[in-house]
Amino acid sequence: MQETPEIPEAEGEGNPQPEAPSPTFGFRISDFGFRASPARLLEARHVSKSYSVPVLTDFSFDLERGEVHALIGANGAGKSTFARVLCGLTRADGGQLRLDGAVYVPRSKRQAEQEGVVMVLQELNVIGALSVAENLFLNRLPRRAGFVRFAELHRRANQALARVGLSGLDPAGPAGRLGVGQQQLIEIAGALAQDCKVLILDEPTAALTDPEADRLFENIRRLQAEGVGVIYISHRMDEIRRIAGRITVLRDGRGVATHESGDVTPAQLIREMVGHDLPEKKPTGARPAGETVLRVSHLRAGRQVRDVSFELRGGEIVGLAGLIGSGRTETLRATFGADPKDGGEVYLGREDRPLVIDQPADAVLAGIGMVPEDRKQDGLLPAQSVRANLTLATLGRHARHGGWLDPESETETARDFCTRLAIQCASVEQPVGELSGGNQQKVLIARWLAREGRVLLFDEPTRGIDVAAKDTVYQVLRGLAAEGKAVLVVSSELPELMALCDRILVMSAGRVAGEFLPGEWTQEKITGAAFSGYLNAAQD
Amino acid sequence: MTTKRYGQYGAMVVIWVGLLLFFGALSTNFLTARTLDTLANRVPTLAVVSAGMTLVLIIGGIDLSVGSVLGLCGAILGLAMVNWHWPLWAGALLCLGIGAVCGAVNGWVSVRLCVPSFIVTLGMLEIARGLAYLTTQSQTKYIGAPVEGLSRPVFLGLSTAFFIACAVIVAAQVVLSRTVFGRHLIAIGANEQAVRLAGINPRPPKIAVFALVGLLTGLGAVFYTSRLGSSDPNAGVGLELSAIAAVVIGGTSLMGGRGSVLSSFFGVLIIATLEAGLAQVGATEPVKRVTTGLVIVVAVVLDAWRHRMTATPLTFLQRLFQRSPPK
Repeated sequence: MQETPEIPEAEGEGNPQPEAPSPTFGFRISDFGFRASPARLLEARHVSKSYSVPVLTDFSFDLERGEVHALIGANGAGKSTFARVLCGLTRADGGQLRLDGAVYVPRSKRQAEQEGVVMVLQELNVIGALSVAENLFLNRLPRRAGFVRFAELHRRANQALARVGLSGLDPAGPAGRLGVGQQQLIEIAGALAQDCKVLILDEPTAALTDPEADRLFENIRRLQAEGVGVIYISHRMDEIRRIAGRITVLRDGRGVATHESGDVTPAQLIREMVGHDLPEKKPTGARPAGETVLRVSHLRAGRQVRDVSFELRGGEIVGLAGLIGSGRTETLRATFGADPKDGGEVYLGREDRPLVIDQPADAVLAGIGMVPEDRKQDGLLPAQSVRANLTLATLGRHARHGGWLDPESETETARDFCTRLAIQCASVEQPVGELSGGNQQKVLIARWLAREGRVLLFDEPTRGIDVAAKDTVYQVLRGLAAEGKAVLVVSSELPELMALCDRILVMSAGRVAGEFLPGEWTQEKITGAAFSGYLNAAQD
Repeated sequence: MTTKRYGQYGAMVVIWVGLLLFFGALSTNFLTARTLDTLANRVPTLAVVSAGMTLVLIIGGIDLSVGSVLGLCGAILGLAMVNWHWPLWAGALLCLGIGAVCGAVNGWVSVRLCVPSFIVTLGMLEIARGLAYLTTQSQTKYIGAPVEGLSRPVFLGLSTAFFIACAVIVAAQVVLSRTVFGRHLIAIGANEQAVRLAGINPRPPKIAVFALVGLLTGLGAVFYTSRLGSSDPNAGVGLELSAIAAVVIGGTSLMGGRGSVLSSFFGVLIIATLEAGLAQVGATEPVKRVTTGLVIVVAVVLDAWRHRMTATPLTFLQRLFQRSPPK
């Protein structure tokens, strides 16, 4: 925020002095204690942040000493972005933060931690090759003359571990051997071991068992008693109501409401998360669904896919909705053979014998295609031409006499798809890495259109692409359905699914928690189903 | 093949001819039939091994065992022709077979058991050299005329081995750029995950490439033995480094996904000319090594530049040979 001017404030809090913070002075006006009342622990005023689209807009938030303040919202509502701003991982575009009344401009996670704002990230950051103790104190190892003082380190580590109920754990053992739940606890223990004023927890219980979570809540209460403020981000409403004093609802990057947690019901929170300003699209209706093309039965894979069954029929677009982490992507990947299955079967059409899908090549042979979520990682050959990317899955069809490629037939196909999908490129020989995200996505979709399979799985096909490209993607999906193919679309944008789909399946905590048809769905119902798996604490 | 490639070949030909002229100017004896003869005789072994090495580097792997495998194959060739009185063709086939088996083992272990090829082939480097000593009791075997025919000049002072090597280069380049197999190799090197998710099992082509390098190394062993007229269990020590150097000078990326067999061939010519030229002007062995090392580093730095920036000495040369790209 150094380079952006701070938004002047009009606060009625006995602070008549307009802020003129200038880092070059080395002190700030607020350092002299002009505030009459004891300052709040943390205040955020009018914070905004945008990447290509705004993710936080004019968001204000405050946290008292010894308070647990929960942040909830649907996918992409801006919760995690706000947390990242607070702990110095991202800089806000505008707005102001104050910590203990002083202007707070975190420039790095390290600096935020020195000022007392500590965050436990949603992703695990445990370094497997290092010991438990080293992971706990990685950026502040006790040392003398450059050497780590292991005795001191292990003494501190034992204390920190005992706090989270891992007192039996050997601090010198490698952290990589621990399960996901214990790794999460290590991260939390590392945060708790710092002298912090503000602790930010982003989905801390996602990987924890109930007793572990209970232990975490005890710790949070102890910190509360010490005057630490806790910002608690979670999907799990039962937890939030148990632990949080206040709940702030975010929607599309804006603060919608702040409630005392006793005064509000889950239904009301869900209504607020969804909002009413989006008109419900009228059902597209009247697309006759054909025969069953694909059946997935009791699919299990990893921790994310617990038990998933569904059917896809020819000529219909089925949406797969759900919160991030509910197992949507993992369901697609396991169905396609990209990740190993732990159980369950995939059947083609009405066949009684399940398909043997050990790797994507098996699924592709059966006529299934998948456009993955992560284009760069899983889809593109960035330095290679649009043509080479487009024909990757169908090279054999451009070959004669066992493997000799016919470059003209290949180029012709590539040009044909570039025209059909309005892929903007200088020529089909242009490296695909030079195209815009939308055009890259269209190339990947064309790769499967060329394959002409019966079933197509799309994972977030419109993420990060512009409006025109989105429209093309919608047309392609509808075109596929019109040809009688079965289409499954994962998307985090509910309005998109509701405008596009003939049926929406909602996943929650690794299971299909609801199925809705055009006449009966509302954003509220779908969001309710998406949260349903996280409502009762007695999971598993 | 894109026109960009012609530009690259052009640049490498210019560098090669430049080297020839440079050494020609330094030493009046350099541009004579005898030197060129030596040159043409040195090239075939390194050329076929480099062709294979190019393919391995393109899929993002590496094969450090080629020198030792060449030694083993040569040792067995000597055994077959001297002790068992096999004819050349049968011995050569056995050579290719043993090379292919060594390569396939490399490939199978690295792909199926998920061990980096660097490690697997490092192990094979020791194993194959050890086997070469074991099978020959560390003795050099004189074979003589039956095997030397391949290295005798047949046309324009060039040997049969040289023409076979050229044919192999052309064939490998065509396979790489004109077949489904070749295109899969480039794609695997560029993004193996994407290839897998496009419904192509990347394992068989990867194993095949390692087997192919082994096979070509076996062929290289036949050429090498033929040039010496005897089988030497110490043959090919350090060959892996020369081959990697030639391939890298040819602009193939060590990260995979980009490369050309033809360019590697020019890399071979450049390295061989450099060595022959330095010997001709009377450079000592240490000076030769320092110079060769410098050339490798400079070539790779230039190549890295070429891929990052628009104007470099090399791209300037390329532009001279580049036509306007077709729409």
